[in-house]
Amino acid sequence: MKHWTTWAVAGFIAAAAFVPAQAAEITGAGSTFVYPILAKWADAYKKATGIGLNYQSIGSGGGIKQITNKTVTFGASDMPLTPEQVAKAGFVQFPVINGAVVPVVNLDGIKPGELTLDGPTLAKIYLGEIKTWNDPAIQKLNAGVKLPGSAIVVVHRSDGSGTTFIWTNYLSKVSSDWKSKVGVNTAVEWPVGIGAKGNEGVANNTTQAKGSIGYVEYAYAKQNKMTFAKMINHEGKTVSPTAESFIAAAAGAQWATAKDFFVILTDAPGDKSWPIAGSTFILMHAVPQDAADTASALKFFAWGYKNGKQMADDLDYVPMPDSVVALIEKTWKEQIKGSDGKPVY
Amino acid sequence: MVDVALQGSAISVAEQVDRAKVLRRLRFGDAAFRNLTRAAAMAVLVILGGIIISLVYGSLPALRTFGFSFLYVETWNPVTEKFGAIAPMYGTVVTSIIAMLIAVPVGLFIALFLTELCPMWLRRPIGIAIELLAGIPSIIYGIWGLFVFAPFLQQYVQPFLITVFGHVPVLSTLFEGPPYGIGILTAGLILAIMVLPFITSISRDVFEAVPPVLKEAAYGLGGTTWEVARFVVLPFTRVGVIGGVMLGLGRALGETMAVTFVIGNAHRISGSILAPGTTISATIANEFTEAVGDLYTSSLIALGLILFVITFIVLALARLMLMRLNARIGV
Repeated sequence: MKHWTTWAVAGFIAAAAFVPAQAAEITGAGSTFVYPILAKWADAYKKATGIGLNYQSIGSGGGIKQITNKTVTFGASDMPLTPEQVAKAGFVQFPVINGAVVPVVNLDGIKPGELTLDGPTLAKIYLGEIKTWNDPAIQKLNAGVKLPGSAIVVVHRSDGSGTTFIWTNYLSKVSSDWKSKVGVNTAVEWPVGIGAKGNEGVANNTTQAKGSIGYVEYAYAKQNKMTFAKMINHEGKTVSPTAESFIAAAAGAQWATAKDFFVILTDAPGDKSWPIAGSTFILMHAVPQDAADTASALKFFAWGYKNGKQMADDLDYVPMPDSVVALIEKTWKEQIKGSDGKPVY
Repeated sequence: MVDVALQGSAISVAEQVDRAKVLRRLRFGDAAFRNLTRAAAMAVLVILGGIIISLVYGSLPALRTFGFSFLYVETWNPVTEKFGAIAPMYGTVVTSIIAMLIAVPVGLFIALFLTELCPMWLRRPIGIAIELLAGIPSIIYGIWGLFVFAPFLQQYVQPFLITVFGHVPVLSTLFEGPPYGIGILTAGLILAIMVLPFITSISRDVFEAVPPVLKEAAYGLGGTTWEVARFVVLPFTRVGVIGGVMLGLGRALGETMAVTFVIGNAHRISGSILAPGTTISATIANEFTEAVGDLYTSSLIALGLILFVITFIVLALARLMLMRLNARIGV
């Protein structure tokens, strides 16, 4: 009797130890911005296929380092690598999801969407050249809105972040002053303002300081019901931050002609396009060490593009348009090859 | 000692063998214990050495590129990859000074009150409150600082400081500018609250160790409580008190999360302590995850090395101060 129990327990332990070994996990690391949607996809994907995802949201920089060292199957970065960098590292790069950034303000008597701004004005505010809210440049864009004469408190991210990358990339496109004086990066040398950690830090500082302006991911502004500003886009049209204007920006981009999908969705063309948006990019080795792992990761992304749209909407991300997904899958077939030269996907 | 203890007048052969065995075992145990403690002590040196080596190695690219200018340049520009450490160094030192200016006197007064003046029934509640203050994680201090303390400062304290000192020379520069609520001063105040328990509990413990006969003698000579504290208790316990202060200072210099939340994280040096600034550890915590590029990462590691050196200098100065004090008193 005793023996019987022992054997049963041993058998059970052996079986339990064996099962996870069969279903290999996909490993990835990088961007914190993309983590919520990847986690949600992974959860559903595991239920559908039994294959799990182990994603470490350590930041884009860390993700690039880890994929370079081949400790993970894919890296995720909010800042695309240039085609030269991609070629040098032997990577394949493709976008996985898009997100939008919105300016948020804290002004007495101004409700969400009542204030309109444009790129050059935003750049001047963040350069410290426009110092008060009733500056003629702002008043001109907001005829009929009563603006206070109080000082503008500029709030920006203190931690390196893909949100900052998208924001500074937009300001560089619309202001040559910004481009030459500050530039584009996940962290920059801010001429003015206070730095706050994370979206929650910017949101909180903006909510507390009267006369402040900050920028946060759209999901954050929406869920916290923050006072967002409308923007005047590339075509001179006034747009609100909504799912439609984000999708318009993603669809209007020139993905087909861009090498390695090196596209940043800022200042996008199109009457309805929201001007401040960007994508998270996946980096994988063109000749992977383990073709099976890579194939498994690609299957996961293909599944996400196809089945994950509703989940992306729920979390206020902007899914990739189908036309772009077709391009991405074509790239996989052409560029990711095993050591035998055969396509992995 | 062992030999003496085991020597008897009539020892049989069997007993002698036994004795040798016992002795060998004792010797072996002794050697094992000695080596074990030595290995533990050596581990500290090895770990410290390893950290220094990896810090120096990691910061080499930055130090090679910028040289000594890394120590005095204010620029911190990830776009052009030009880095200088003076702004975070300045923020680290100034926030720690503010913290110590507040926490040292307050901490010592609490400890003196608890040991010399406090009625018995109040001692335990205050003592426990101090220890609880030490047990709060720093992230809680950060969140509390951002959500509660900073708005309070912004609405009441900072406007008051600005209007009162607005026309006084020197002080007007120190308290200049719009009341953001967060900034160098706020960080210093939060740090003061955080290091207070260290200074208080260590001072209280050493104050309690003062022999009552010394104090009674002083009171017998007609000393007031202040005189007893100043001329008997503090001189007798200076080594312990300075130890506690240094422990607090060490925490203030290295504190990361709480400071990051309330300091404003701006790589600038301004004369006003109401203005946003940054510290070394806050900069590293903020930027390390997304630092792309070898020079950027290396500069952040170099900041860590500088913090290490600052802490080392502070500890060395404390030792020196202690030696001077001892020499003057003639101990």
